Parts: sequence; C-alpha cells; structure tokens
Amino acid sequence: MEAVIFFVGAAAALAGALGVIAARNPVHSALFLLMTLVSMSVFFLLLEADLVAIIQIVVYASAIVVLFIFVITLLGVDEKEARIEPLRFQRPLAIGFGALLFAQIVVIAGNDWATGQRSVVGPLDDDERSGNVRRVAETLFTEYIWAFEITAVLLVIAVVGGVILARRSGHRPSAEASNA
Amino acid sequence: MPEIEIPEITASYYLILAALLFTIGAVGLLLRRNTLVMFMCIELMLNAANLTFVTFAKELDDIGGQVIVFFTLVVAAAEVAVGLAIIVAIFRRRPDVTADDINLLKG
Repeated sequence: MEAVIFFVGAAAALAGALGVIAARNPVHSALFLLMTLVSMSVFFLLLEADLVAIIQIVVYASAIVVLFIFVITLLGVDEKEARIEPLRFQRPLAIGFGALLFAQIVVIAGNDWATGQRSVVGPLDDDERSGNVRRVAETLFTEYIWAFEITAVLLVIAVVGGVILARRSGHRPSAEASNA
Repeated sequence: MPEIEIPEITASYYLILAALLFTIGAVGLLLRRNTLVMFMCIELMLNAANLTFVTFAKELDDIGGQVIVFFTLVVAAAEVAVGLAIIVAIFRRRPDVTADDINLLKG
C-alpha cells in the first residue's frame, strides 16, 4: 500500500515540477507548483512527519502560492517570454548542467559520504511523551530556542524590508498618508 | 494473473525523488526568464531539501530533521516576501518582469 501511494505521489510531484518549468502562463506554473507541494505533504505523512505535513499545506500551499498568484494578478500575465536567447546554447547547456548536478547528487549519496549518526537530537517518538507534534514542539522550544528567536527577527526584518521596497518611492510619507 | 512484485519503499526512493525535484528546480532556474517562475523554481529546490531532511529524520530516528524543516520554511517565507517586493518595485520602473531586461549593472 505504501508503495502505491509513493509511486502515485511521486508521479504527481514530478509532473507538477516539470509543469512549473514548462508552462507558458505563470498562473499555470503556480498551479503546477501547488500540485507538487500537496504531493510533498503526502510524502511527509508517509514519513511519519504529521506536523510538517500540515504546515506544508498551511504555509506553502496556501500562503506562498496565494502570494505568487496575487503578485501575478497585480503585474498582469506576461506570456511573451523571450524566444531569442541572449546567450547562445543556454538551453542545452542548462539541461546538461542539470544532468551533471543530478549525477553528482546520486554519486555523493551512493558513496555513503552522507552518513549520519543515529539520534543526535532525540528520537522521533518517546515512549512516555508520544505524539509527533509534542516531540517537535519540545525540541523546538528547548534545543533550538535560540535559532527560533532568531527566525522571529529574520521574519520581522523581511516584512519591514518588503514594505519599504514595495512602497511607492518619490513621495513623502506625509503626502502619501493624506492621499490615502 | 502474473504476480506483481511490490518493492518496499526505502529511504533511497525518497532521496532519489528529492534529487530529481532539486534538479528540475535548478534546470528551471537556468531555463526560464520570467522572474516569478524563477522564484517558483527556488521554492521547488527548497522543498526537495525539506524532503531530504524529513527522510533522514525517519531513517536516523532523529527529531532534529523535522525541526530544521521549520527553519527552512521561515527562510522560504522571508525570501518570497522580499523577492516579490523587489519584483513589484522593478515592475514600477519597466513594464515586464523578464530577467533579461534587468541588465543595468551589466559590465
């Protein structure tokens, strides 16, 4: 049963990924991306990462894809992507480099270079305090509390930076406030 | 009816799938010129990395792999917020969002 789910999910994920780079229309790309992201959430469920699977749907599939579609509607659909290539041979070279990259990843993984130590941070499931959400929360708020606080700062900086970048420049803030 | 052998899904299957998705994202980043689609390709690559993390979390029985996914998610969200703001800011100055047109710094 797990094999069936895996292969159906893998087909959907790969089809979605190829659709993202093949679709002419950016809206279609965004919808193909959504297909891949939902399939990923199925894999996370298969790998016993319940909380990550739900967060994947909530954050990626809703928030990030909606943000993409929002910006596409704001900017207008631009289908006339350049057919002329400023760099000659860019397409074949890109596909060649892609094949090379894939071969490198497989060789590295196949040579056991990426070995790991078992259970450095803590086991997936604890007998006394079981439950994936509880285990993730405990680790996040004990072992990784410092990193967690830093991500809060990172998000604030990103949001403030986004607001400043997207604000219409050339106006004084007071003039803008009175116009609005 | 011939018996179909159903393979057991090991970590290698997930890792190969993650490698394929990462490669597709990287190739897309090189092939496409539309900056929005390039961003989606970066999201694909980040997702492939997340799949690797979760696979190793299961394989090595380590909760750390799942916790790291949250930090990747935060970085992805911050990247999308700033990146889309940059695209909107560029769009104000010129009418389309093709990467080839943004060449003012070309040497």
